[in-house]
Amino acid sequence: MSRIVRIIALLVSVSLFLAACGTPTATSPTTGSTSPSLEGGAIVVKGSDTMVNLASAWAEDYMIERQNVRITVSGGGSGIGIAAFLNKTADICNNSRPLAQEELDKAKAAGLEPVSIVVAKDGVSVVVHPSNPIGELSMEQLAAIFGGKITNWKELGGADSEIVVLSRDNNSGTYTFFKEHIVQMKDKKAEYGLMVQFLPTSQGIADEVARNPKAIGYVGLGYLSDKQKALAVKTATGSAVLPSVATVLDNSYPVSRPLFCTTNGQPKGVIQDYLAWILSPKGQEIVRSLDFVPIQ
Amino acid sequence: MHSQAIELTSMRESKPLRSRPKRDRERLVRIVLAIAGWMTVVILALIMIMLFVEGLPIFAVTNPFSFLFTSQWFPVSDPPVFGILSLIIGSLMITATALVIAIPLGIGAAAFLAEIAPPPLREAIKPVIELLSGIPSIVLGFVGFLLLAPAIQRIFNLDSGLNGLTAGILLAFMCLPTIVSISEDALSAVPREYKEASLALGATRWQTIYRVLIPAARPGIVASVMLGMGRAIGETMTVLMVSGGRLAIPSFITDPMSAMTARIAIEINNAVFGGLQYQALFAIGIVLFLITFSINLVADLVLEKQRRRYA
Amino acid sequence: MSPTSGKLEGRRFRSRNATQTAAFIFLSACVLLILVPVLYIIIYIIVNGAGAISWDFLTQLPKQRGLQGGIFSAIVGSFYLMVGVVVFALPVGIMAAIYLHEYARQGPLVRLINLSIVNLAGVPSIIYGLFGLSFFVLMLKMGSSLLAASLTLSCMALPVVVTASREALATVPNSYREGSLALGASRWQTIVRVVLPQAWPGILTGLVLAVSRAAGETAPILITGTAFTAILPTSLFDQFNALPYHLYVVATQIPNMPKSTQWGITLVLLVMVLLFNLTAIILRIRLRAQRKKWGL
Repeated sequence: MSRIVRIIALLVSVSLFLAACGTPTATSPTTGSTSPSLEGGAIVVKGSDTMVNLASAWAEDYMIERQNVRITVSGGGSGIGIAAFLNKTADICNNSRPLAQEELDKAKAAGLEPVSIVVAKDGVSVVVHPSNPIGELSMEQLAAIFGGKITNWKELGGADSEIVVLSRDNNSGTYTFFKEHIVQMKDKKAEYGLMVQFLPTSQGIADEVARNPKAIGYVGLGYLSDKQKALAVKTATGSAVLPSVATVLDNSYPVSRPLFCTTNGQPKGVIQDYLAWILSPKGQEIVRSLDFVPIQ
Repeated sequence: MHSQAIELTSMRESKPLRSRPKRDRERLVRIVLAIAGWMTVVILALIMIMLFVEGLPIFAVTNPFSFLFTSQWFPVSDPPVFGILSLIIGSLMITATALVIAIPLGIGAAAFLAEIAPPPLREAIKPVIELLSGIPSIVLGFVGFLLLAPAIQRIFNLDSGLNGLTAGILLAFMCLPTIVSISEDALSAVPREYKEASLALGATRWQTIYRVLIPAARPGIVASVMLGMGRAIGETMTVLMVSGGRLAIPSFITDPMSAMTARIAIEINNAVFGGLQYQALFAIGIVLFLITFSINLVADLVLEKQRRRYA
Repeated sequence: MSPTSGKLEGRRFRSRNATQTAAFIFLSACVLLILVPVLYIIIYIIVNGAGAISWDFLTQLPKQRGLQGGIFSAIVGSFYLMVGVVVFALPVGIMAAIYLHEYARQGPLVRLINLSIVNLAGVPSIIYGLFGLSFFVLMLKMGSSLLAASLTLSCMALPVVVTASREALATVPNSYREGSLALGASRWQTIVRVVLPQAWPGILTGLVLAVSRAAGETAPILITGTAFTAILPTSLFDQFNALPYHLYVVATQIPNMPKSTQWGITLVLLVMVLLFNLTAIILRIRLRAQRKKWGL
């Protein structure tokens, strides 16, 4: 019995030691801070997987400038961020889709007043294998492919082979955005086709497209590499446009969307300072460096 | 164990001289231990209660029949549609594939270890197979996604390597340690006389294994297969990474498909807590729980039978 | 015996032998078909992952979403989880085993407990996740936290600890108990001073297996408390990173992640879990030798 007690005591003391090691950044004196007059604090950020790279980079750089602020960022999806916001366990929610009516109702019931601001934009790129001869598709064609109406590359002028359609799963804001923007562009009741494969992560789609010549999928601009070919998208009126920071910024690329940070009421104190920093040139430069699109 | 507990009890009762505080302490100890002893029952009951409390309300919106026997799954549409037939079929097809591979391999390996391998070889192989059960499912999923999926796509000339077959092969390896070790125990537990009698009658060793030992150990082997099946059907991360995630009812094992476990893991974090999607995912949990619960219950009964047979 | 029948016997004998040889080859092939892929995977992971491993990799916090820096926060999180399992599941498990083996009388109630142990061991990990989410995270309001995840994993580990401890108690010869009781020790004293020390290696085996299982699980912690973060948890109510989850995110969500980093994390996780398993196996072999000594 004493042995058991000893083991537990040992483990707990090592844990406490590690926990003590974890704190210094948050509690150390603010000598290095550029604006020592400002209050410190802790900010919990949760939400969209699309934005989690971006939010972590922001937090990392902001914490270097303001050493008395501790920001924890985690992902999981827009939904989990909003849920955490509603449960008051997150100060800032990253959402890549606006709050749903159900969620707004819940917020009202919980006495919260969600305020969302746009912090960056994201272009959703449609990607295929580099060996695919097709270089551009119209939005109607995309709707037909992802709605399950077109199933062979031949119908689009490609090789005679099945189209392997890859989509993000419904845990992603991109899923909802692509559905509402593309799949339902003609018919508000339309759903993704039955043969669509839903992959839980964007990198999974990027990897599968990179090795499967029959595949088509969509990912955020940040996931593009030379292993996939991004398609130009043609609107009903305009010409075909390739996704890039520039084309999203000038609104000529049609499949783009805003990314939000949501707070309770108008942000105050350290949260306001953080959000202002995100919108400043420094914060927006990080947006650009991660292949998202700055808002100015 | 049985007789010993009684023996000890009677021993205590035959000791009349014992101070009061000591007796009180013994009573307290007994109560604390009993609470700990009942903890597993409490947890199991809590699991069931939570699943039902959180999951059953969905049936006020979707009737149970269409929940189980239709295959439209649009949880975030307006209005949402919840039909899990394709998920049930997906889970069953992947599990069946895993078993088709794991049963012959597992029983064969168990027979080899129990009857053929010389002791030093057996002692060397058994730990390696046990190590297999230690490989985390996320590692197997990752390896499957990067190495096995492209190979399967090439070998079978498929549209996608992310499909039921790939998931089934990986799950076979997840349930093999269970099947091998319990089958091997069952084979080793067959009384020596059976084997000696068979060999004395002129049967070869193979005939003895095939005609005498395996039938005699059948309950244990069946139980091992059922426990392996329970493991396969409940496996999450591997299936999530390699099964392909198509929501249509699969017609063949090489189709991309979705499983109940993976669906829960993917969607639960994004569901509004207490909302319809959340309830529907818990309802999938109920279905999954009932399936694995009955598998385990039957396996336990079968194992009990085996134990009694050669007790 | 006529010469013809002798010849016939011989032929049958030979074919019987041939069948046996074929069958034995099949059985050995079964073993090889299991061992070869397992060893291949392990060696592949070692070869591809070893390059990424360095002191910095193990002791630095991740930077830029794991693209730079190490995996320290994941290692620490996994360590905390293991401590949690030891702290919660070990005492309860041992006490339950003592109750079942030393105190409880056989009967329908004990049969019920046995049944619950067997069934608890077979409940899929994702169901434990759902349970942990609804019970610990939401109902008991622990939030998505280290505490909720540890308790969830402890529930999962409990049947393993109980079963192993019980078997270990059964290996202690009855004469030990009788001797101690005869010397006037109380029952509890007998258990603590005489029985438990003897059963210790067996209990430890079960504990090590339970801990290794907890360390490798992804699905339950994914739902109850883990987050992809470089910040170490400082309280039981913080979110935390853990090796399996870190691997999941790095393998599926981070764009352009070097393969060597992914395999490196896989290797660390695998080595950690397999070391635990190996320890358990060695303990068990020593235990078996001890049992033989006692003639059990």
